[in-house]
Amino acid sequence: MIVQEVVPGRGRTGNARFLEEVSAATAGVSRLEMCIQCGCCGGSCPSAAEMDHTPRRLFALIRAGMRDEVLASNTPWMCVSCYHCVVRCPQGVHVVDVMYTLKSMAAHQRAYRDATAPDFSRTFVRNVEAYGRSFELGLTALHYLKHFRLRLPGMAPMGIGMMTRGRLGLRPRRIEGSDQLAAILRRAKGLEDGS
Amino acid sequence: MSHYLYYPGCSMESSAAAYRESLETVLGPLGIRLEEIDDWNCCGATEYVGISLLPAYALIARNLALAARQADGTRTLVAACSACYLNLAKADHYLQESRTLAANVNSALGAGGLAYRAGSVTVRHLLEVIITDVGLDAVRAAVSRPLSGLRVAPYLGCMVPRPDPDHRWTDHERPRELDLLLAALGAEVVDYPLKTECCGGHMTQISPAIGFELIRRLIAEATRLGADLMVTVCPMCQMNVDAFQGETNRHFGTHYRMPILFYTQLMGLAFGREAREVGIGRELVDARPALARIGLPVPSTAAEETPETKAARIEAAHRRRQALPMPPMPGDAREEGPR
Ligand code: SF4
Ligand code: SF4
Repeated sequence: MIVQEVVPGRGRTGNARFLEEVSAATAGVSRLEMCIQCGCCGGSCPSAAEMDHTPRRLFALIRAGMRDEVLASNTPWMCVSCYHCVVRCPQGVHVVDVMYTLKSMAAHQRAYRDATAPDFSRTFVRNVEAYGRSFELGLTALHYLKHFRLRLPGMAPMGIGMMTRGRLGLRPRRIEGSDQLAAILRRAKGLEDGS
Repeated sequence: MSHYLYYPGCSMESSAAAYRESLETVLGPLGIRLEEIDDWNCCGATEYVGISLLPAYALIARNLALAARQADGTRTLVAACSACYLNLAKADHYLQESRTLAANVNSALGAGGLAYRAGSVTVRHLLEVIITDVGLDAVRAAVSRPLSGLRVAPYLGCMVPRPDPDHRWTDHERPRELDLLLAALGAEVVDYPLKTECCGGHMTQISPAIGFELIRRLIAEATRLGADLMVTVCPMCQMNVDAFQGETNRHFGTHYRMPILFYTQLMGLAFGREAREVGIGRELVDARPALARIGLPVPSTAAEETPETKAARIEAAHRRRQALPMPPMPGDAREEGPR
């Protein structure tokens, strides 16, 4: 991890309302404003070593309005949603939901340099939007083909093993109410873009 | 018979088929009747919320709305998959907590002629229902073939005991429910310190090296503690530890062989069902040698195979195929198939 001093208000794109914006875009009540910078989250985090900023630091950057640094960070994408930090945070900050918010902001603005994770989520979402159900085989195969082509031959025994054991559907299933679901999601997207 | 609404989730129909099959065998002995939600949709796993919040919550809420509409006699919605349980429980919790979210989600649901009032169904996990409503005495009474001598490492993963919005679990990091259940089946339960550590979730897909390290820790510790197998409640954990174990071994040059089964599979076996009926044999890391060691009858298909002949067979298959067959995707003309 690169150690560097965080100076409030000195971000390349200082944005005093960034904290408010992130908090408002988060499901439920984020409690992000209540963060006391104790570092329990990073100390509990199985992914901390892979993150360019610990969750605590990332929240300091948000407070400092350093939007570009925050949205370019790999931290939200390294978060595995294990919720260790959430149950340990003395302030009840909804850390995981804030990470989701940052992911969606970064994905919309294409602010994160590595497209692997956003791509995986997008492929997943496309399947769900089209069928109403997820489709594991399609997801894994296409994703490895696009991003980890060199690993594919190694993965073949696993894919074949899963298939011969009846654990991979070869075709996605479609729910009966797929039109209804599409209408719901269309309106939800409209509301989100409008707000 | 206690009656509950039931949300199965997508993985029950494919990668976690063994969970579904074994689950069906234990409901009768436990006196549980599960009524599936008609035409439920995917819960979005951990992916949709990372793309856009409101559609993700609307997606989950369609299931809650369908459940509330179907509720007749019970308003408890049981989920068996960890991510589904978490998503349903958390969405209901946040819809109660935030009026704006509830209003927006309902406006979206309205486009499909649905509505959902937060709190109208209670979301619970199957394991907790078994412990709390059925009770361990009833479980013990159903056991006809105790799993004596089987050393098991109970592994819950993250998303069931955490974040636990409704405070239903004994502990967020060291919950006892699964240990108690497995002990009631007669198994020897290992005190497994990593029982709620992460399996890597989708990291095996987006950042394989990180995912493999998390898997390695889990199987190394279970091996060190002398467990015969790991037992999980989560389709994602099962998939990562089982299906990615070969790739994890290749990545680290290790030779772990730690089978991982669903708790319902062990329940089914202890209740006297045949191995095949509870989905034994669907796992990639064979659990049959461990079960055979304690005298359980297990089907022998390919069991005589040594690791070497198996590796040769897989290698040959691999050379024939060279890659995974490509599945149809949205937009393909050939995508649709019979259900
Ligand atoms: S544990 Fe909570 S209060 Fe402490 S730094 Fe992390 S988010 Fe802030
Ligand atoms: S939920 Fe994410 S940020 Fe929190 S401890 Fe787990 S990986 Fe780290």
